[in-house]
Amino acid sequence: MRRALVACLALGLGCGPVGVLLMLRRMSLMGDALSHAVLPGAAIGFLIAGFSLAAMSLGGFAAGLTVALLAGLVTRFTGQREDASFAAFYLMSLALGVLIVSTRGSSVDLLHVLFGTILAVDDASLILVASIASLTLLTLAVIYRPLIVECFDPGFLQSVQAWGTAYHLAFLILVVLNLVAGFQALGTLMAVGLMMLPAAAARFWAQEVWSMAAVAAGIAVLSGYIGLLLSYHANLPSGPAIILTAGMAYLLSIVLGTQDGLLVRFLPRQHLQA
Amino acid sequence: MKPALQLDDLTICYNRHPAVHHLSGAFHRGSLTAIVGPNGAGKSTLLKAIMGLLPVTTGRIDHAALAPSEIAYLPQQAQIDRSFPITVLDVVMLGHWQRISVLRAVTTQLRDQAVAALAAVELVDFQRRPIRSLSAGQFQRVLFARMLLQDARLILLDEPFTAIDARTTADLLNVVRTWHDQQRTVIAVLHDLEQVRVHFPETLLMARSSIAWGQTAQVLTPENLQRARQMAEAWDEQALLCGVNP
Repeated sequence: MRRALVACLALGLGCGPVGVLLMLRRMSLMGDALSHAVLPGAAIGFLIAGFSLAAMSLGGFAAGLTVALLAGLVTRFTGQREDASFAAFYLMSLALGVLIVSTRGSSVDLLHVLFGTILAVDDASLILVASIASLTLLTLAVIYRPLIVECFDPGFLQSVQAWGTAYHLAFLILVVLNLVAGFQALGTLMAVGLMMLPAAAARFWAQEVWSMAAVAAGIAVLSGYIGLLLSYHANLPSGPAIILTAGMAYLLSIVLGTQDGLLVRFLPRQHLQA
Repeated sequence: MKPALQLDDLTICYNRHPAVHHLSGAFHRGSLTAIVGPNGAGKSTLLKAIMGLLPVTTGRIDHAALAPSEIAYLPQQAQIDRSFPITVLDVVMLGHWQRISVLRAVTTQLRDQAVAALAAVELVDFQRRPIRSLSAGQFQRVLFARMLLQDARLILLDEPFTAIDARTTADLLNVVRTWHDQQRTVIAVLHDLEQVRVHFPETLLMARSSIAWGQTAQVLTPENLQRARQMAEAWDEQALLCGVNP
């Protein structure tokens, strides 16, 4: 249980800021696509080495990255929009994953991969999750500036800096890494929840990217903590408990948030002079 | 003296149909040129190709005298996300990219220069405002302030005053004049011929190829404008192969 808590803390710290950037790039649903894309890699790892975190993570990382790269390449060279190319490749990847699991494994295995079991986190996986979180925060700190410019005005970055798209690629790698970190705790289906829900909630509290990222990390960590306690004491599956807690935070933020929250928006207040 | 930008028999195609067709000529250093022509004449295509954003089909664009960092470009419809959570001052500060790049610190001096650029476009009180609260005209002023900091030798503007009110246009034209006085080369795609006659000494009138290029008064004659209008806008699906040797 203590390990699970620490894992959630580390996951939240990394996933929060990554989620904010995904949301600002209007790639919220691509995180979802990538999380499904991880499946065949994880499944192959599972079949080769059993329930070994290293094998599943490595496979998942490779599969996720392949889908991200192929989709990115298609967009770059054919001009098809990124959402369409991502959808195409992740669906193929997902189908392949289910095919592999269903021909070679049992449905219990599939459930493991899809929904994760955070209470089974051991020291090795804890170190993996913590390393990914540290790497994420460090990398984000270094490439923060170009990443934001690429998000806000990609044409400008292209005109002032050669290889501007390299930062986009580095960011996609971070997304896949964090999904891989999340899937053993939350499962491939729900790993993306700890990324997007806190980010979506943070948008109602902050006006700048850095503060949004901080709020998102905070909400993610808290959701992990509360969700885990709930699942432990009420004997619920951990993944859904954590994600639903984050979902509650999102719903509360919609209503109470200081930036365009419903209360602020619809509370009758006298308008200003200018 | 070598011109700032030389075009040699330049052709740029979309799907083998030329948008810019056998265009040759030069933009001289320190010149202030308007590019005029009907919709679909290849004006924006030309600017994009100069920026290296489109591949050249045949011919050459020579700006050997200028490093890429010395060229600033304001696209027609920038892919800018205007709901992005970023402040006006931060956007202007991006004009310092050549000096701050990915990791270098923003010094007080650089910040002061950014504030001065905002003052030049009369937005000094807007520094801390998020950009989503700005009107289209105010946002265009912000982009001009950013270009002021870029300190470029060649400045490309693609329809910079479309959907902008008269006062903002007048203020931004002043900025353009300042650039001209500083011997920078400025090229602007424009549609308002009156504006071109008053503010732009030179004009390139194009309709895929060049109809006329030179002193504005000699270019914008009724006969030339008539010829430009006659250019067929639509692609001819049955177009024959171009007979001009590359």
